[in-house]
Amino acid sequence: MSDFTRNALMFAALGGLILLTGTMQSWNSAILILNMGLISAIMALGVNLQWGFAGLFNVGVMGFVALGGLAVALVSIDPVGEAWNAGGTRIVIALLAGAGTIVAAVISYQRVAKGLNRTLVMLSILIIGFTVYRTILDPGVSAVEAVNPAATGFLGGLGLPVIVAWPVGGLLAAGAAWLIGKTALGLRSDYLAIATLGIAEIIIAVMKNEDWLARGVKNVVGLPRPVPYEINLQKSASFVERAESWGTDPVTASTIFVKLNYSLLFAVVLVVIFLMAQAALKSPWGRMMRAIRDNEVAAEAMGKDVTRRHLQIFVLGSAICGVAGAMMTTLDGQLTPGTYQPLRFTFLIWVMVIVGGSGNNLGAVLGGFLIWFFWVQVEPIGLWLMQLVTSGMAEDNGLRSHLINSAAHMRLLTMGVILLLVLRFSPRGLIPER
Amino acid sequence: MDVLNAIIVLSNFVLIPALAYGSQLALGALGVTLIYGILRFSNFAHGDTMAFGAMVAVLVTWLLQGMGVNFGPLPTALLALPFAIMGTMALVLVTDRLVYRFYRKQKAKPVILVIVSMGVMFILNGLVRFIIGPNDQKFADGERFIVSVREFKAMTGLPEGLAIKTTQGLTVVVAVICVALLFWFLNRTRTGKSMRAYSDNEDLALLSGINPERVVMYTWLIVAALATVAGVLYGLDKTFKPFVYFQLLLPVFASAIVGGLGSPIGAIAGGFVIAFSEVTITYAWKKVLKYLLPDSLEPSSLVQLLSTDYKFAVSFVILIVVLLFKPTGLFKGKSV
Repeated sequence: MSDFTRNALMFAALGGLILLTGTMQSWNSAILILNMGLISAIMALGVNLQWGFAGLFNVGVMGFVALGGLAVALVSIDPVGEAWNAGGTRIVIALLAGAGTIVAAVISYQRVAKGLNRTLVMLSILIIGFTVYRTILDPGVSAVEAVNPAATGFLGGLGLPVIVAWPVGGLLAAGAAWLIGKTALGLRSDYLAIATLGIAEIIIAVMKNEDWLARGVKNVVGLPRPVPYEINLQKSASFVERAESWGTDPVTASTIFVKLNYSLLFAVVLVVIFLMAQAALKSPWGRMMRAIRDNEVAAEAMGKDVTRRHLQIFVLGSAICGVAGAMMTTLDGQLTPGTYQPLRFTFLIWVMVIVGGSGNNLGAVLGGFLIWFFWVQVEPIGLWLMQLVTSGMAEDNGLRSHLINSAAHMRLLTMGVILLLVLRFSPRGLIPER
Repeated sequence: MDVLNAIIVLSNFVLIPALAYGSQLALGALGVTLIYGILRFSNFAHGDTMAFGAMVAVLVTWLLQGMGVNFGPLPTALLALPFAIMGTMALVLVTDRLVYRFYRKQKAKPVILVIVSMGVMFILNGLVRFIIGPNDQKFADGERFIVSVREFKAMTGLPEGLAIKTTQGLTVVVAVICVALLFWFLNRTRTGKSMRAYSDNEDLALLSGINPERVVMYTWLIVAALATVAGVLYGLDKTFKPFVYFQLLLPVFASAIVGGLGSPIGAIAGGFVIAFSEVTITYAWKKVLKYLLPDSLEPSSLVQLLSTDYKFAVSFVILIVVLLFKPTGLFKGKSV
């Protein structure tokens, strides 16, 4: 069996699983799995770029995904004029002062000769800068947050179409990745892992606490959509007529129609990114990356600037995760910083890449869909399994109710088992690197 | 007098909590550092190993409480601790046998082992949630305070009170005992010496007839004990919640790296560095400054450098600073 038929069969099986969900559960949940699968596949492509191409161990995916989500709120929500008047300028000046402090500290570190003097100069710049930053920022923040806190209490966004937020999310993630890469990429792989783990937590902490930015844990709801609203479709006579001609009621038809619109948009993005990743992999640049991954010392001896190339691919991969994050928040229609969890947004993406086949873009896409499918479906399967196992027990048996109630936690267990089994018996994944 | 009051406020809100938290971090970081020294990978499943140990302790504590057993003024969890340690030991030996040993035999790259430990992390996390659920569990009992605020005020007549929780005192005492035992073991016993030799130079150790599987087994046993003790103490002092233990991974790793991965002394120092910086930077200093500064200079704001939610940021920044300026950590660690 050639590689092509093998891969085609695997994707066909995946399509079959989704179709099966459609017929056995509901078409709405099947298309939801498809949509989130498309987003997961893009995230997996981003991680695959970093890990599969360059061997960079990034466990901060969650942070970049969250930044993408933040971009949606910052781009698409209308600006809150009152809040800008109350303290917007103050906050902007404070942020500039904060950035200036860090730049000044870095410059002084580079310019002043090494020794006690340098440490003192740097420390005093940092302390003075921090005090100035806080004195300017704090009144601005409280003024902004006081503006109608139940509905706004933040600066709002730019009021642009939501699609613009997708590339902006990528840019935001890329910027953060550049900063992290600049400091942490020279370090060893474990240190990079811990550093990215930390930065992801910090990004989430900032998003949860800085209410003036995007309302923190109060969430931004009602983000604009790139697709029509169900309610408008149900009102439109032509749509209702068409739905009836298909033989479905207009409500179901409208929800499915909206979701299919999203699927189409996401599929376009996935195909574009996939083609770009494929082109990159086959280009001299991609071969250089893999050469660096396989033997850094040799690549360096050949005159390749390893740290710079690592920075490049780290930024690119993170940007892709940011785009995916923006798409996900658009699909959800709300930004909820409290829901970002490392197990779901970092480690699950890693499972996708490893299971699909690290180093192979097609593998990453397959892994993204497949693992997302299982992530969603393990819960009902687990519940069914538990009911089967406990069917012999009495109705009021404590163990029985505990097992049935805990079925939801089967997901993490299953993901761990899948990851370990793949690593052990098929370490190169379902579609190995060629 | 004011100075005395300031000192009391400081110890009540900063020094004592940081000391207890630092001890818990140090115990956790010791586990990470030992695995790194002997097995040569960063164990991402360590936080969940701590959660597992604490979970067994919680279950045994409930069992003992149900049987009417208690430990007088001390928490019953101390009686459950040996059982919890044995349970965790069994768990890590089984995971080593089923999972890690295969890759050790293959001489897999450290980063592969890290990914493998991610899989173990998922499984342990799921297991703990499956058995005890994702919610808060209270299992502390016995006396709540060694010194309570009211007693302290009555004793000294000062306006500021000082409280020392039993769990805080217990944490420090237990941590000191554990660390003393660990260092005695590493420096005085034959097995401990062979562990250090293996960590320093694997090939030389093998040449001198040290059995690597034995060394690895002892390492896992010690790590299980340390992780359980750290997990139980943290759970007693704060609360037991599976997700919190997962989040402890970051400060624990930061402690181990700041101290120098592979160096036990470094892990302890790192634990206290991280704990003290987290607490001091997120503490609102107004109350202390009120006593120290003249009335005219009394601060109007809380003088809190960062809100408490940014405590991860603190451990992270310290980590980055140490890595940039002293890449092997405060005490010379090793690099693979």
